[in-house]
Amino acid sequence: MTIMNVKVTFWRALFVVIMVVGIYSTFVRYFQGLGAVSNMNDQFPWGLWIGFDCLCGIMLAAGGFCITGAVYIFHVDRLHCIVRPTILTAFLGYCLFIVGLLFDLGRPWYIWHQLIYMNPHSVMFEVGMCVMTYTTVLFLEFIPNVLERFGLKAPIRWVKKIYPVLVVLGILLSTLHQSSLGSLFLIFPEKMHPFWYTPAQPFFFFLSAIACGLAMTIFESTLSARAFGRGLERSVITELAGALWVVLGVIALLRLQDYLHRRVNIFQPSYEAYFLWAELLLAFVIPISMLSFKKVRTHPELTYIAALSTILGFVTNRLNVAMTSMETWVGHHYLPKWTEVSITLMICAMGFFLFSLAVNYLPIFEDEHHDLPVAELAETPEQLQQPTLVH
Amino acid sequence: MSKAILYDATLCIGCKQCESACAQQNELPYDDKIAAESVQSDHKFTVVLTNDDKFMRRLCQHCDHPACASVCPVGALHKTAAGPVVYDVYKCIGCRYCMMACAFSVPKYEWGSLNPRVRKCIMCPDRVEQGLATACATICPTGATKFGDHDALIEEAKDRLKQNPDNYVHHIYGLEEVGGTSVLMLSAVPFEQYGLPKLQRVGDVPLPEYTGRVMELMPDFIPLWGLVLGGVYWVTNRRKEVEEVEAEERALRGGK
Repeated sequence: MTIMNVKVTFWRALFVVIMVVGIYSTFVRYFQGLGAVSNMNDQFPWGLWIGFDCLCGIMLAAGGFCITGAVYIFHVDRLHCIVRPTILTAFLGYCLFIVGLLFDLGRPWYIWHQLIYMNPHSVMFEVGMCVMTYTTVLFLEFIPNVLERFGLKAPIRWVKKIYPVLVVLGILLSTLHQSSLGSLFLIFPEKMHPFWYTPAQPFFFFLSAIACGLAMTIFESTLSARAFGRGLERSVITELAGALWVVLGVIALLRLQDYLHRRVNIFQPSYEAYFLWAELLLAFVIPISMLSFKKVRTHPELTYIAALSTILGFVTNRLNVAMTSMETWVGHHYLPKWTEVSITLMICAMGFFLFSLAVNYLPIFEDEHHDLPVAELAETPEQLQQPTLVH
Repeated sequence: MSKAILYDATLCIGCKQCESACAQQNELPYDDKIAAESVQSDHKFTVVLTNDDKFMRRLCQHCDHPACASVCPVGALHKTAAGPVVYDVYKCIGCRYCMMACAFSVPKYEWGSLNPRVRKCIMCPDRVEQGLATACATICPTGATKFGDHDALIEEAKDRLKQNPDNYVHHIYGLEEVGGTSVLMLSAVPFEQYGLPKLQRVGDVPLPEYTGRVMELMPDFIPLWGLVLGGVYWVTNRRKEVEEVEAEERALRGGK
């Protein structure tokens, strides 16, 4: 079936439905206020939008700094072919985080107050400044795609000159704000369940960002290979899967050590324990045991499932930190209202839509042009062998 | 000299005149229906709770080291030298981190408003500035709510406990909680029965210290981590260059 020359597919129809419902909720948000659109209240001032759109959004966009760091700082050249799609994912992720913030903030039109009324003691101030700067960095890392599309060579050279600085800055800023998202939760030890209140929270948030950065890269590579009919870089996926296994193992050991050190019994069944078990199962047990087998790591579909499980696990983790851990203190449960969920879905759908738009119109997957900063900075082993052609 | 409020629940008769005086001072609506509400909200900054024939006032504790002021990214909340923790609405971006951070769940939000404000007791800063007592302390007919110098009120609270130990739970609420607060309370009934968190729960450490410990590492961490990353980049890049030159030399020597 086609409407106005556009083929109607299941995903396109779903996209339209999500957008229509989301736009309705957007009207409710801006014409009736936060109370009407969400189930947030004085007991739960932070809800799904902080828990998912902000905490998880930033975590899932972490692939940008992981992969650029690996390729440009540690010269893992084999990963070079996924730099561009990863930067695109990260850039979109941060832009959508800001969109999410515009919904969640009570007075979004004053968001720029951060720049003039600074409070350096505030973790959120630090997160805000880092995110603002890092989004600019990601923009500069992303812009060569657009410049190349329009054949603008001079500005590409300028970006190329500062590219190593951009990458170092990106990692630095990411380390700061990824961990600081965890520090946000350090100031109310009395409110949070001991499962999720740990002084080591900043470390865990940083490490889980790395794990999710890798998992998202696998997820996004596999999906785009399927959607855009590209060949999948099997060796790259295997490599990422190995790295993911190591990172997950390290986090699992540290989490265990943290619980042992604080003498928290995680095996006693309770309302919170079920959420914790779900989180641990998805984030650690399933992916670690799956990825232990070489057969899984070399099999893109199975690796994809392991990556998906990792992502779901850490999303559960962050929702637990932001919401579940507070429920006992507050004394009742928080469940997001359908309008709240619809706005989150709309933001996610926008992400998928913008990604496919970018892939269709920009040279995201055409990495072989050598006049690009990305291509030139990290030369392939083949290029290094070129001098041998002299004789 | 820092000011404070001492509330002695054993003297309180539950007349709720403090509630109506507070509403008048802050230009909030007040009627019988609002008087019957027993929770702090965006239109009720203080509330007198009833438990049989006993009463307890809830209001902002005006912490000596307020978590709300520490977490606010734009510094919309701050503690003045005189003691009140005040709110500058024109700075607020509406992130509601203050509401999350407050151990006493004091800041409330105008959820129905399109330009919402955080609302809480601000200890009548204008009156305090002029040397007057807060509206609630001025109107209190029994002296249950008393306004005065912080140190003097601490001494007085200790005195009252010593004079009539049988009348009170042996605890001055706000003396040690979260590192001390400018609202001190005495009661015959355990404070947690009125929703005030126990000292064991909130601790006597100023809450901003928990994040401060991490934040104070930043000035050292940023240059160090930057240096490490730059260093690794330099090393791997140098290794590339050397490899390249060596490959070239090998090529010139005919592959040997």
